[in-house]
Amino acid sequence: MADTLFDKVWRRHVVTRFNADEALLYIDRVLLHEGSNHAFRSLAAMNRRACRPRHAIACSDHYVPTIGREKGLDGVTIVENRNEIALMERNAREHDLMLFSIDDPLQGILHVVGPELGITQPGMIIVGGDSHTCTHGAFGALAFGTGSSELAHILAIQTLWQQRPRRMRITIDGRLGAGVTAKDLALWIIGRIGNDGGIGYFIEYAGSAVRALSMESRMTLCNLAIEAGARGGMIAPDHTTFEYLAGRPHAPGGAMWDKALAYWRTLKTDDGASFDREVALDATQVSPQVTWGINPSQVVAVDEAVPDPLAEPDPMRRESMKAALQYMDLKPGTRLSEVPIDRVFIGSCTNARIEDLRAAADIARRGRAIVPAYVMPGSRSVKRQAEQEGLDRVFLAAGFEWRDSGCSSCTCVNGDIVQPGERCASTSNRNYKGRQGPGSRTHLVSPATAAAAALTGRIVDIRRFAGT
Amino acid sequence: MAEPFTRITAVAVPLDEANVDTDQLVPGRFSKLPIAPGHERVLFHDRRFLADERPNPDFIFNGPGYQGAKILVARRNFGIGSSRESAVMAVWSFGLRALIAPSFGDIFFNNCFKRGLLPIRLPESDVEKLFAYLLPRPGATVTVDLPAQKVSAEGMTFAFEIGAVQKMCLVKGLDEVSFTQTHQTEITAFESDYYQEFPWLAERTAHERNL
Repeated sequence: MADTLFDKVWRRHVVTRFNADEALLYIDRVLLHEGSNHAFRSLAAMNRRACRPRHAIACSDHYVPTIGREKGLDGVTIVENRNEIALMERNAREHDLMLFSIDDPLQGILHVVGPELGITQPGMIIVGGDSHTCTHGAFGALAFGTGSSELAHILAIQTLWQQRPRRMRITIDGRLGAGVTAKDLALWIIGRIGNDGGIGYFIEYAGSAVRALSMESRMTLCNLAIEAGARGGMIAPDHTTFEYLAGRPHAPGGAMWDKALAYWRTLKTDDGASFDREVALDATQVSPQVTWGINPSQVVAVDEAVPDPLAEPDPMRRESMKAALQYMDLKPGTRLSEVPIDRVFIGSCTNARIEDLRAAADIARRGRAIVPAYVMPGSRSVKRQAEQEGLDRVFLAAGFEWRDSGCSSCTCVNGDIVQPGERCASTSNRNYKGRQGPGSRTHLVSPATAAAAALTGRIVDIRRFAGT
Repeated sequence: MAEPFTRITAVAVPLDEANVDTDQLVPGRFSKLPIAPGHERVLFHDRRFLADERPNPDFIFNGPGYQGAKILVARRNFGIGSSRESAVMAVWSFGLRALIAPSFGDIFFNNCFKRGLLPIRLPESDVEKLFAYLLPRPGATVTVDLPAQKVSAEGMTFAFEIGAVQKMCLVKGLDEVSFTQTHQTEITAFESDYYQEFPWLAERTAHERNL
């Protein structure tokens, strides 16, 4: 029978079935962060220990500050955050989990660290206490986020009851134009299928445009699957995936590598496999994108105007557009290039890998920041590599702040907030009301567009940006 | 451990909005708070309360008739966003026990069951009828019957679907881990077979410790 990639991975992890669509799944790896302390509390209440501790990976990433990190835990000035970080690290050590603590040289955002160390591998089921766990789907893993109760369940018994989602394939053929990135592609897709277009589905991204993406770009694409409402997104592993994984610290080596590779090569959707929904898109239609509203589907091409709610036939979407325009203080017909930007954030699990920083630095070389701009590398490994390549000096010379690694101004629980009423051009993943701080206004963009916003104080079309 | 959920008749709040995300339910800065008395205050905090922490009279939860509400009716995409279970815990601490909407964020939806909260997906047209009934009648009640899988109000009855494992755990107030443990033999057999086929995925404690 012709099978989808999703079903191949799902079926191999079924321990037992409750009925046709509900199964107890075996979980390969579980990801935790400081927000996962509730899971340890539940585990303690059950009087249980982590059953496969080395298959649980814990990172201090959400609550860590991006300055003063040389002081380790003592550098955390927000007391409640320091306590939560200390508690998570104590919990992780007590359970002997694989921990990347605040002062670890390999510390970083979970979804950057897992892939770069080769922990994330094709065919795995990876569940994390963070909705952007779907990032790991870029490797052909089935990866999704969950809450602390399910994390505790996995820690206790390495499995999880799940209802099988429906399957959707989004096929993107053609070539992305110069200056158009995976971030633009991902936002454009969400703009077309809606922020609820993926609800109840697991997405497979396919097509020549997807196969042409680097691993880091594929991670950006899969990272935003949740913003389309999907449980997750995945991409069949191929030579790009295998080349990326070869030689990474946690990837299999020697004879084991050959054995793994033979299996990984089977992880693709068979010809003739059927999906519950198919979407076909043309990559040549994608321009650099910028969100104007308060969810990621409220997005336009950089050279388009803010849409008019009166032209929206769906009444609920119309109301939601009106609310967005009011919150964002924008009018229909306005071009985002006319709107001043107050601050720039380059970072997060969406866009803080080395290729993202290179793209931003290429723009930063062309001028000097006229608004506050912050660069938070996705991990300390990324930070070191960027410094070896001299990117830190490029950013500093252009007046950007070069900081340490963490989720920072994406979740803002570490205190790196955007002030009320300020507009932030941000490479993160959510533009919800108040996401970057009460009253903050977020415009989601690619790293290059964000860097150009820092130099100009505006959203500009980087395809036509020579510098300042 | 979740409280058993069977049948409730209670005041229902009609929150006439789509895309109510987890950052609205619980702003990120509150997600680390323990579940203790007072936790109910974080639910919709930045919308329920003004800057000086007085109740915002314009937010429907603070309107007359809605005190003691146990049911919330909302528009599509309720609970989209973060996986933070504090969003569910805040809803629960506030006293709500059932949520009705045309669609939910998947992660939020699954999290609800773990805390004894019942999320119910109803077709858009059914939700529309509930809004039409509730909006002009603050304090009106709705009945949710989980064993029968029915929502009813004022002569209207709507059937809903629910996963079998989720229903069983909720109706019995069952601890899911204990339930899963009844399958321990199968899990052990699975692991032995699995790691034989995929030896590179097995725990490599010594190696990993050296990294």
